[in-house]
Amino acid sequence: MRRVLPFAVGAALLLLLPLAAIEPRAWLTLTVAGLAMGMLIFLVASGLTLIFGLMDVLNFAHGALFSWGAYAGFTVAVAINGRWGWAASPSIWLNAGLLMLAVAAAVAVAFTLGVVLERVIVRPVYGQHLFQILITLGATIVLEELIRIAWGPNDQVMPVPVTFRGSWDVADVVILRFPVIAIALGVSVYAGMWWLLHRTRVGLIVRAGVENNEMVQVMGHDIRRYFTAVFAAGSGLAGVGGLMWGMFSQSVRPSMGGEQLIFAFIVVIIGGLGSVTGSLVGALLVGLSYNYVAYLVPKAAIGVTMAIMVLVLLVRPTGLYGTGK
Amino acid sequence: MPDVLELEGVHTDIGQHHILQGVSLRARPDAVTVLLGRNGAGKSTTMRTVMGVLPPHRGAVRFEGRAIHGLPPHAIARLGIGYVPEGQGIFATLTVEENLRLAMRAETAECRERMRRVLTLFPDLERFRPARAGTLSGGQKQMLAIGRALVNPTRLLLIDEPSKGLAPIVVEHLIAALEAMKRETTVVLVEQNFAMASRLGDDCYVMDDGRTVYAGSMAALAADRDLKQKYLGV
Repeated sequence: MRRVLPFAVGAALLLLLPLAAIEPRAWLTLTVAGLAMGMLIFLVASGLTLIFGLMDVLNFAHGALFSWGAYAGFTVAVAINGRWGWAASPSIWLNAGLLMLAVAAAVAVAFTLGVVLERVIVRPVYGQHLFQILITLGATIVLEELIRIAWGPNDQVMPVPVTFRGSWDVADVVILRFPVIAIALGVSVYAGMWWLLHRTRVGLIVRAGVENNEMVQVMGHDIRRYFTAVFAAGSGLAGVGGLMWGMFSQSVRPSMGGEQLIFAFIVVIIGGLGSVTGSLVGALLVGLSYNYVAYLVPKAAIGVTMAIMVLVLLVRPTGLYGTGK
Repeated sequence: MPDVLELEGVHTDIGQHHILQGVSLRARPDAVTVLLGRNGAGKSTTMRTVMGVLPPHRGAVRFEGRAIHGLPPHAIARLGIGYVPEGQGIFATLTVEENLRLAMRAETAECRERMRRVLTLFPDLERFRPARAGTLSGGQKQMLAIGRALVNPTRLLLIDEPSKGLAPIVVEHLIAALEAMKRETTVVLVEQNFAMASRLGDDCYVMDDGRTVYAGSMAALAADRDLKQKYLGV
């Protein structure tokens, strides 16, 4: 608790700082968009950080799982909307139902792909970073090309349910609806992960494995079984991230995963390897600063993310919440 | 009754280096077998080989008569072998209680009862139960490392240099704790502190350059100045 107060004050100051340059209503809109972007990046980064932290595996195929999740959800959304028109329906229940089914499809496909990837291509290269990079990059290319073959190379329009489109007008402030949904989803995923990691025995073993996986094994726990589960769960989250990103930007395209992966890696580095809380803080930091700067100086937006990473590494080489393994 | 642990002509490599070049030893039931030798003689590597972290490429490791080399570390641990590594292997980011719970191979009533006993045996651990293990002192960390090995029913306990870096007064506590343990289980102990080794040990092996070069009773080695001078330089 002692650590939370200064942190909250710092966060509040950082949030309010851009008010000096941005007028308040635009600031609020940007803040909501930034938090939403942060939450979506968090979905991708949280899986990546655990995979990286627990087994020291550099998984560049994480971005391809993001794209596959997006396309799986897209296919389901298009099919349901085409047959029953759930996205265009004014009923909030049908809208939510469509979103749920699309999320379920994204999770199922990305989770399954994750299990296959871990078993077939990641297992033989444990402990060998160079091979991990090469083989997962190879897998990324194959998975991306398969998307082009199955769905075509061009951008496609993602059907977004009516309820989640457009905006609410609260006292003259425009609040986009979908970002609010994304924020709610991000918060619940974080809460769920926190509970799983800190309140269950499986979580205890995973956290210990992030710190020292050899020691966990000599205590009688089969770390590989846990790792397959973490890898698959992380993949599932990447899939949901992809779908939500597709809805957020109202489109899907085969290369979307690669673009997000860069953000996710930056966030993992800022937050510290293996720390889910670090990923959340890092992702929000990146999402917010990206949006503020993109509004003020559009060309500097990506540069600022990099600058934050460099700054964090200078002050804390292990990342904000890293244990310095 | 077969020996609890038996190593026969074990060879182990780490990367390109041929570290163990023929280690043979036996640990009798309910005895403390001490492994002595200079730094770099291969004592810790022997322990890690038994645990399956570094599988041997030649020779045999048997536990209660059954070959265990080639099994993964978690399967070896589940046979009932506890391991306290050099440098304790404490999880610094977890609390003291979480470290103990993690050590349980299953959270059964028996293990919880054993955890209560560990907490009475080491009152410091009870006091710092909700604290992060990284904040403990060196001696407390060693108590936690040993406490972790005690929460499971154990048929063989491997302890690697428990006295390393500890103040003499803490070493005394440690010896008392280990004496309590040796009544319950078979122990293989790596130790540089000769005084401690000779107080606890029944049998002893001396290692040099990756081989076992002396086997005998601890008392015989302690009494023989020439042998001590030859192998240990003390």
